[in-house]
Amino acid sequence: MTPKEKMAIPPQPMPEQEPSVRARNMGEVALGYTAEQAKAEASRCLQCAAKPCMKGCPVAIDIPGFLAKAAEGDFDGALAVIKKTSLLPAVCGRVCPQEKQCQLHCTVGKIMKDVDKAVAIGRVERYCADNATAPDAECAAKTGCRVAVVGSGPASITCAADCARAGHDVTMFEALHKCGGVLVYGIPEFRLPKEIVRREIEGLEKIGVKIEKNFVVGLTRKLKDLMEKDGFDAVFVGTGAGLPKFMGIEGENLIGVFSANEYLTRANLMKAYDEKRADTPYWHGRRVAVLGGGNVAMDASRMALRLGAEKVYLVYRRSEAEMPARKEEVHHAKEEGVEFLLLQNAKRVLGDEHGAVAGLECLKYELGEPDASGRRSPVPIPGSEFTLDVDTVVVAVGNASNPLVPATTEGLETNRRGNITADPETGATSIPGVFAGGDIVLGAATVILAMGEGRRAAAGINAYLSAKGKDSSK
Amino acid sequence: MNKILEKRRLSDNVFGMTLDAPRIARERKAGQFVIVMVDEEYGERIPLTIADADAVKGTVSIIFQTVGATTMKLAALEQGDSVAALLGPLGRPTSIRGANGEKPGRVVCVGGGIGVAPMHPIAQALKAAGNEVTIIMGARNKSLFVMEDEMRAIAGDRLILVTDDGSSGRKGLVTDPLKEICEAGGVDEVIAIGPPIMMKFCALATKPYGVKTVASLNTIMIDGTGMCGGCRVPVGGETKFVCVDGPEFDAHQVDWDLMMKRMGAFKPQEAAAKEHVCRAGIFNGGAAK
Repeated sequence: MTPKEKMAIPPQPMPEQEPSVRARNMGEVALGYTAEQAKAEASRCLQCAAKPCMKGCPVAIDIPGFLAKAAEGDFDGALAVIKKTSLLPAVCGRVCPQEKQCQLHCTVGKIMKDVDKAVAIGRVERYCADNATAPDAECAAKTGCRVAVVGSGPASITCAADCARAGHDVTMFEALHKCGGVLVYGIPEFRLPKEIVRREIEGLEKIGVKIEKNFVVGLTRKLKDLMEKDGFDAVFVGTGAGLPKFMGIEGENLIGVFSANEYLTRANLMKAYDEKRADTPYWHGRRVAVLGGGNVAMDASRMALRLGAEKVYLVYRRSEAEMPARKEEVHHAKEEGVEFLLLQNAKRVLGDEHGAVAGLECLKYELGEPDASGRRSPVPIPGSEFTLDVDTVVVAVGNASNPLVPATTEGLETNRRGNITADPETGATSIPGVFAGGDIVLGAATVILAMGEGRRAAAGINAYLSAKGKDSSK
Repeated sequence: MNKILEKRRLSDNVFGMTLDAPRIARERKAGQFVIVMVDEEYGERIPLTIADADAVKGTVSIIFQTVGATTMKLAALEQGDSVAALLGPLGRPTSIRGANGEKPGRVVCVGGGIGVAPMHPIAQALKAAGNEVTIIMGARNKSLFVMEDEMRAIAGDRLILVTDDGSSGRKGLVTDPLKEICEAGGVDEVIAIGPPIMMKFCALATKPYGVKTVASLNTIMIDGTGMCGGCRVPVGGETKFVCVDGPEFDAHQVDWDLMMKRMGAFKPQEAAAKEHVCRAGIFNGGAAK
């Protein structure tokens, strides 16, 4: 095919459940390409020699390489290319913000002057991950070294896999009763089916990773005891950004105000939406306000619809252009009927005589000068107060890093935000043999960035163990 | 999975269990709690304070009252069965007077209902640190007292029993002897564990005397590790997470009224779930030993 012919192929739309139907069920929203669609979409790739898309990928997948195979219909071959560098393609194909990463740099999108018309790399990646098979990388000979991985989210999964493949004896510790971290408690079923996460964890067990659930490092066992008493030669800390931030406004502790973490954990991890079978109750909010503009805010507002809310508002103090959420999630939320209240912000939560939410007082904003984040900062308009009639408020304004491991590990340095200080190249922390990566280092970021961190830390751990002469296979 | 090594029925709706949990037994300190799940797929995560532990045998004991669906399902399990998940030890340990360099003194422990169970390891540690320990145990009636012998072993004749109906010990409320003791003077610290309303009134009782008063809170929780914030409660004007900042707080600073309201947030759903468990016959009332 000539470049001209390639450019003539229309972008393949993602088959989706009807908005009005899906807003009331937990099934996956995006249904996935057919083989023909995946082939057609992959054929749109111009196979640029400079491979600009790869620069946008935090784990540098050979994107033109896998698209070339997919264009030929060799999806197994395509998946094999992806798997050389990415561990969780079924997850990343669904949750990566592609329009800010690989697809942002795509030449096709540039020529068409529309990033939405770039090759849908993520969708083809997802098709391959869901429908093809490729052999996993072989594990090296046993080294005799023991590595503890703390947490079981994306950073930890990647680190555990890479360390196991290097021949180390890996144990993964998870505080909750299910593995996957934010992939199971935070991201809803309708966006990332939990079956996919379960398969990924099973894959880890197949390559010999031992899993200890219901084990909170720092309390069930101190990190240093793992090394000094339990014989672990290195530890990776990937405990994530699990501490919900609140707004610090009046009325935030009223009944009916939830952190997005709690709201989503009840529905996702605890399966509260399945009222007949689940013992954990969910809050029957009728009119819900979700505060924030990130993916978590989108997830929470869309979950509210699925939990039976009649009206869901998303209150965000900047404009849509500044929203950190994936474009597709914003689009889906609007389609499903979430009403966006932009350039508005909660001022206080109003309560009734029972201590329950009776309304949300908001304030209107306008955009001022760019702030430290480079985004134009919102400035409140004095006297613009108004009251939203809601009975539920979900706060989704971000998460701080989980303090449990730093607080119980003497000598583990953190910055003023509580993030563990780690070498960006190796993940090494202030304690020899202790490595860290993912949101606990970056602050709340993305799944793919966390994966990249886990991978670098695994390389750091492998080098450390080798240098210490602990690796008996060498 | 943690095996139930022993199950005891302590009163009509109060049960004690000893569970196989060597890691938790090894690390736990007085005042800490565990999260229990009966079923890993659809079960609820409920916090229960550790009543006792044996690091050598590798066991922890819990005491619970059947108040909702999960505690009823838990009560339906027998010796030899297992709970699906047991996470801990969670929360900060009690700051035991006399154990960290300061002088031991006179401490009054107030336990209401099954609040006596979590009080047990704390009272033990206080005694071991050289404090003079007075224990006030309160219940609606005589049949609802738990661990009376264990508490007597710690406090001796400084054990004061109070019942609402006078069926054992004094008739009245735990705050009656508490006020008298504070009035007499010389109390260095009061620790109260029990129903929120009892802890609130203990705080009100000691406040005029300026006696340091600590309460152990048992709010709604999910993860127990600081992730959900469901357990948050205002303490001294600041929002605190009971799971990681507590469970013990300065009782004079806790916003009791708001905390109690928050604890009732899911009452309608909880009542429906309990009703469901009862009708399904999972909890068979008198069959347990």
